[in-house]
Amino acid sequence: MTMDTNKKLAVFIASAIVLAVLPFVVGSTLGNSWVRTIDFALLYVMLALGLNIVVGFAGLLDLGFIAFYAVGAYSFALLGSPHFDIHLPFYISIPLGAGLAAMFGLLLGTPVLKLKGDYLAIVTLGFGEIIRIFMNNLNAPVNITNGPQGINLIDPIQVGGVSLGKAIEVFGFNLNPVHMYYYVFLFLTVVVVIMVYRLQHSRIGRAWVAMREDSIAAAAMGLNIRNIKLLAFALGALSGGVAGGLFATFQGFISPESFGLLESIMILAMVVLGGMGHIPGVILGAVVLTIAPEILRDVIGPLQMKAFGKMLVDPENARMLLFGVAMVVMMLVRPEGMWPSKRRAAEFKDAKKG
Amino acid sequence: MDIFLQQILNGLVLGSIYALIALGYTMVYGIMGLINFAHGEVVMFGAMVTITVVTSLMNAGVGLPGPMLVLVGLLVAIPACMLLGYAIERVAYRPLRGAQRLAPLITAIGLSIVLQQVAILIWGRNYIPFPAILDHETIEIFGATITKLQLGIVALCLLIMVGLLVVVEKTKLGRAMRATSQNPAVASLMGVNVNTIISATFVIGSALGAIAGVMVATNYDQAHYYMGFMIGLKAFTAAVLGGIGNLGGAVAGGILLGIIESLGAGYIGDLTGGFLGSHYQDIFAFAVLIVVLIFRPSGLLGEKMADRA
Repeated sequence: MTMDTNKKLAVFIASAIVLAVLPFVVGSTLGNSWVRTIDFALLYVMLALGLNIVVGFAGLLDLGFIAFYAVGAYSFALLGSPHFDIHLPFYISIPLGAGLAAMFGLLLGTPVLKLKGDYLAIVTLGFGEIIRIFMNNLNAPVNITNGPQGINLIDPIQVGGVSLGKAIEVFGFNLNPVHMYYYVFLFLTVVVVIMVYRLQHSRIGRAWVAMREDSIAAAAMGLNIRNIKLLAFALGALSGGVAGGLFATFQGFISPESFGLLESIMILAMVVLGGMGHIPGVILGAVVLTIAPEILRDVIGPLQMKAFGKMLVDPENARMLLFGVAMVVMMLVRPEGMWPSKRRAAEFKDAKKG
Repeated sequence: MDIFLQQILNGLVLGSIYALIALGYTMVYGIMGLINFAHGEVVMFGAMVTITVVTSLMNAGVGLPGPMLVLVGLLVAIPACMLLGYAIERVAYRPLRGAQRLAPLITAIGLSIVLQQVAILIWGRNYIPFPAILDHETIEIFGATITKLQLGIVALCLLIMVGLLVVVEKTKLGRAMRATSQNPAVASLMGVNVNTIISATFVIGSALGAIAGVMVATNYDQAHYYMGFMIGLKAFTAAVLGGIGNLGGAVAGGILLGIIESLGAGYIGDLTGGFLGSHYQDIFAFAVLIVVLIFRPSGLLGEKMADRA
């Protein structure tokens, strides 16, 4: 027992140290663009964990999850940019955006309570598209979202008078915005991870699983299916909203283009490829699917030059091609995901035998 | 009045194309219970192959009349798309039969990305114009105009739908398809080769998709590697609207969606006093879908499914 606890503690401390120094190691060896990629990986971890609540825990297929990310991003942008000349501090606008996203989650969840399976999937997809179309068009007659041009010059996060948008020097270290945002993202990612872990092993988490496996039996056991469904939508949306706000301030610019269906599908792919319902798996899925295309970007061009002496295939094209192939192959090889929970892996084994 | 009729006609043309594609989705869904996300890409390939064949025939100086050229193009595109549909099923779906429900969804999305990228490799990223070989002569009906081409599209769609219905209801193949959709295990005990039937479903759906792709390309005078995405999405919406898995539902849903969309685009400005413009057209499709599904959770013509434990 003590051995186990010690081992856990050691793993915990080791990963904490690795995560703490990661941006500097990566930044000095591979360059700051890679630190940026890691920042994005953290954002996607938050998004994937949010979607995992809906799809993985509660078993509700949601193809419009990006809408909540968009709501979070736009509320941050509108509350902190020259567009309306409102400049609320981040500790107000991020919770506001997250709360608003959760409300949108309820807004989506309420009418679709009765829908099942693919009917639910297509309605959530439609919901996501509606949100995107509104953001694209709400620039006339009253300019709210600035339409397809998007919103520019979004405020960076300010902590105690220090703006994270500019590089600063601390004890001779040159701290770039990508480094500072890394720690903000890491902190909030850890908060989200703790939240979903605690949820999973709570009454609510068990209620979700019960509903996923058999909603009629769950209702017969006295669970209020309506409430736990809505709670799943709202809590998933909440973490999407947080990620959205962070995305807006990190980029400094948002436009409806970033919130298309393809993005929803990518997040779903992270959840499924990682291992649906299993938190470490989902985190792995998000990290792999964010970093893999970037690695391919760096590798394909030079490789072609070396092998053929010239560019045969446009690198951007080849990158997406390989990415698609990898998605298919990974799913065929491991349909249960890269890192499934023990329970799910066992279910798959049984299904194969039977 | 004439605007109203005009929008109905436009909607009918658009709707019958949606219906044709929706049939492809709904057939696969009826038999396997899954969304074939790569179907939009089949539609795109149908349009692209036809344009390529037509243009190269014209460049070679073949002096056939326009409709004949398109027909030749279709005769190449249909088998090509059938092959593609067959390959999609073999690669993305068959190995995952019996796996978790979301696994084939992800492989389909992966294949969709691959097919789009292949299309970029072959045809590039730009819009490809459809050669101007079909005349756009118009006919006037009660003050509304429709081109002969559009009339032809609607007629051909209806013909194909009736043909498909006859195949499914009257032939041995159709009976086997219906049996497989009800219960694959029992169907195979009755001597139905389930694998063949599933392949046949994909092949037939892809042929319809190829034809629809050409219709889209002729109607809009262009094709694009990304065209399959939105049209596929709308057609899938139509299939769900009608009650997915139900052939009649797909047709009804497709035509209804087309008409609602064009009526919506025509009247939204007046209805909202100029507040919302016609670029909200796409919202209609989804708004109607959501409203219909709230009141009829399994679509307009879908059967009410009992909850199974």
